[in-house]
Amino acid sequence: MSGYLPLTDADREAMLEAIGVGSVDDLFEQIPEGVRFDRALDVPAALPEAALVRRLEELAARNADTSRELSFLGMGIYDHYVPAVVDTFLSRGEFLTAYTPYQPEMSQGVLQAIFEYQTAICELTGMDVSNASGYDGTTVAADACFMARHHTGRSKVVLAEALHPQVRQVVKTYAPGFGMEVVEVPHDGGTTDPARLAAASADAAIAIFQQPNVFGCLEPAPDLAAAAAEGGALPVAHVDLASLGVLEAPGRYGCAMAIGEGQSIGNYQSFGGPHYGFLAARGEFIRRMPGRIVGETTDLEGERGFVLTLQTREQHIRREKATSNMTTNQTLLALAGLITLCWLGPEGLRELGETCAALAAYAKERVPLALAFDRPTFKEVAFRTPVPAREVVARVREHGVHPGYPLGRDYPGLDDVLLVALTEKRTPADVDRLADVIQEVTR
Amino acid sequence: MEVIFEKSKAGRRAGRVPAYDLPAAEIPADLARARPPRLPEIPESELVRHFTALADRTFGIDTGFYPLGSCTMKHNPRVNERAAAIPGFRDLHPLQEEDGAQGALEMMWELQQILIEVAGLPAVTLQPAAGSQGELTGLMLMRAAFAERGEHGRTVIVTPDTAHGTNPASVTMAGFELAKVATTDRGDLDLEDLRAKVDDRTAGLMLTNPSTLGLFDEGIEEIARIFHDRGALLYYDGANLNAVVGRSRPGDMGFDIVHYNLHKTFSQPHGGGGPGAGPVAVTRALEPFLPAPTLVRDGDVFRLDHDRPKSIGRVRGFAGPFAVFVRAYAFMRAYGPALREMSDTAVLNANYLLARLRDVYELPYDRLCMHEFVLSARTLKREHGVTALDVAKRLMDYGIHPPTIYFPLVVPEALMIEPTETEPKERLDAFVEAMRAIAAEAASEPDVLKDAPHRRPVRRLDEVKAAKEPVVRFAFEEQEAPDRIETG
Repeated sequence: MSGYLPLTDADREAMLEAIGVGSVDDLFEQIPEGVRFDRALDVPAALPEAALVRRLEELAARNADTSRELSFLGMGIYDHYVPAVVDTFLSRGEFLTAYTPYQPEMSQGVLQAIFEYQTAICELTGMDVSNASGYDGTTVAADACFMARHHTGRSKVVLAEALHPQVRQVVKTYAPGFGMEVVEVPHDGGTTDPARLAAASADAAIAIFQQPNVFGCLEPAPDLAAAAAEGGALPVAHVDLASLGVLEAPGRYGCAMAIGEGQSIGNYQSFGGPHYGFLAARGEFIRRMPGRIVGETTDLEGERGFVLTLQTREQHIRREKATSNMTTNQTLLALAGLITLCWLGPEGLRELGETCAALAAYAKERVPLALAFDRPTFKEVAFRTPVPAREVVARVREHGVHPGYPLGRDYPGLDDVLLVALTEKRTPADVDRLADVIQEVTR
Repeated sequence: MEVIFEKSKAGRRAGRVPAYDLPAAEIPADLARARPPRLPEIPESELVRHFTALADRTFGIDTGFYPLGSCTMKHNPRVNERAAAIPGFRDLHPLQEEDGAQGALEMMWELQQILIEVAGLPAVTLQPAAGSQGELTGLMLMRAAFAERGEHGRTVIVTPDTAHGTNPASVTMAGFELAKVATTDRGDLDLEDLRAKVDDRTAGLMLTNPSTLGLFDEGIEEIARIFHDRGALLYYDGANLNAVVGRSRPGDMGFDIVHYNLHKTFSQPHGGGGPGAGPVAVTRALEPFLPAPTLVRDGDVFRLDHDRPKSIGRVRGFAGPFAVFVRAYAFMRAYGPALREMSDTAVLNANYLLARLRDVYELPYDRLCMHEFVLSARTLKREHGVTALDVAKRLMDYGIHPPTIYFPLVVPEALMIEPTETEPKERLDAFVEAMRAIAAEAASEPDVLKDAPHRRPVRRLDEVKAAKEPVVRFAFEEQEAPDRIETG
């Protein structure tokens, strides 16, 4: 009997007797004989806890995590510092082991935390409403397309090619089900040309661009938003929360929605998940939002309280007419985001952006490679490599340094471009080391 | 209780960010932030107290019994948390070269092998982020398979009237039409109604088995025949898989596509709403269509295969919610083949509660149940004006989280109860006593139920008001945020 199971033999006997059956097997006789599984599961033998941990540590030891390799990998997931208070509260059993707060009187804490998260996301993005989180930075883009489809009645999706390739791939996977088609606008020298975006946006439901974009370059975001709107498409910015202490909020430059991957604020890298996608919009879109939304209300005695609200949007009420099929979301990861934002405060968020940007500027000076694009940047810099970037990565890694992402993996024309990410956890000395190793391997 | 924004005072802070002796980077003026976001300014001590107070006002499975039907609220073993926090997992970048991620990929491979054995289907993707995304993925797989066969006329998905709301919502999002099938008096799918609704336009069925009534569909073999004979496919919603692990396999029942909820059956904590994971298993015939990349084993080396020309594409970023995989893997390895005893105990616990409550609450389907069951408070409503909602709210005063209520829709005043294998007999007995006491209160002092709860941090909340005048963010005082403070 597994240590996770609580019944004694005596309990079991008493319970079977109360039910009026002779054995546990009798309970499964309701399963037709032809579909009963009557052998033992062929899975590895049970491990006691100490042996289990040994097995897991053995597996983990074969991964080159960022405590073992000096890493400049980014491209959507970043090695930012996660404050200790995040660990404290994500291991509080009440937050960790609660379900979706359907019964608000049992769940005021998590409901209030989501309300505070929604407020923080609105402040960062300059929007009026935020949901309680989406799965990740890719699926919130598909959600935005579904909203735009119903808001505009149009079926065309415009994506900047400088939007993260995985975001574009997910939108393309979802689009046929929505009855939508996708067109992409190529970049010009590392950023998106507003005139080309405007042309593509005619008759489109939505135009999504990324700020800073996937090459690390700062897009002319206000011009792109205006260009999309000119064609009648909803302008949507895919943004990095860690940039929003220094970069303008999408709501301030005319976007209808702001979306993105929240990992950079409060989540570990965890080989890609789970993290939280955020989706915020202008107030007029509130009834088309997917997923949970928490609202303020009062109780019988007039005291303030919080509940899941506008549930008539949702699948458990509206079924096939719902705004989304989403039920499980990423609340715990969003809570980590909220705690981190509160820990940073407005000054800390600004300093975070300034430190990353200063390190990136220093890397531009120090790394002995040409810049791939002559554009302003935030925390990632694309360098041109003299040999294919994959080779540079392989050679640099032999020195215990991971220099970044070879963009040729996703952009066939950019085989000689290396994307280097700088977070506040790297130091100027780390950048010097990167520069020295690159110097050595490209000599 | 104050929201954290009300505790803010200008000039305070908790965290400090490293500042290096470097020149400031230039951000073009038209792209730079004009006004800082109004995040709270609060010292770490007060931040900790705030979130401690919020935790205190939240009820988790760690706090007490949580028989929320359909949600499988089982204990979340703490070694799983330790596992997910090992730096080699936690601090691994998803775009790390495969030679630097072999341990992660091998763990995912082993997890896939266990999932394959549990479902009785040969191929699996770990990518979907949640059960409902698994559903959508499954429907996309159907569309891709029929498109390849040139059968573009298959546009209809059949679901029972007991289905979770996610099923019909997924049908819409995937671009299919919905056909609903009735439930018989015994709680099974109505085969006659079903036969009338399956034709050449049918793409497939979405079914939860055991159903949301907690009943194993006795006609499952015939159901599978009806669809397969018409060339249609069967999708298994794994929400209730906790009932049958090691006892019956969806693949053996005739399902072509299965999703698992790692956050239900395999103990990923629910986190107040998420995260989850919704891996999908399929038949060999459907394997080419699985989301890319897929995980491949070449001898002792594991890699991600992006070259999948027939794939429906990517449904989520990277290789899926990895830390959920670590926890589920740890859970499964702790059990081994005794996973079957997990389901045995879940079913035993549910039937015990059913046996002890059936004389005080109405039982709409008089059968043994699987891992959960549905009672009705209809009699209490008729006789005393007390609703399922009132019963649920009153349970809170007994320190028990209410069951799922008003679902499935085919049962009026439904109370859907799922104890899981976690609960010892004494917890079950305490629940029985509470439910029986509440039924007695309904007769003797119904107002105590109608005003419940009485012993929570708030009284009953006005949900209608919240929806009518939505307040979904804190209302700062009507002043613009102060101009950015230049600190030199």
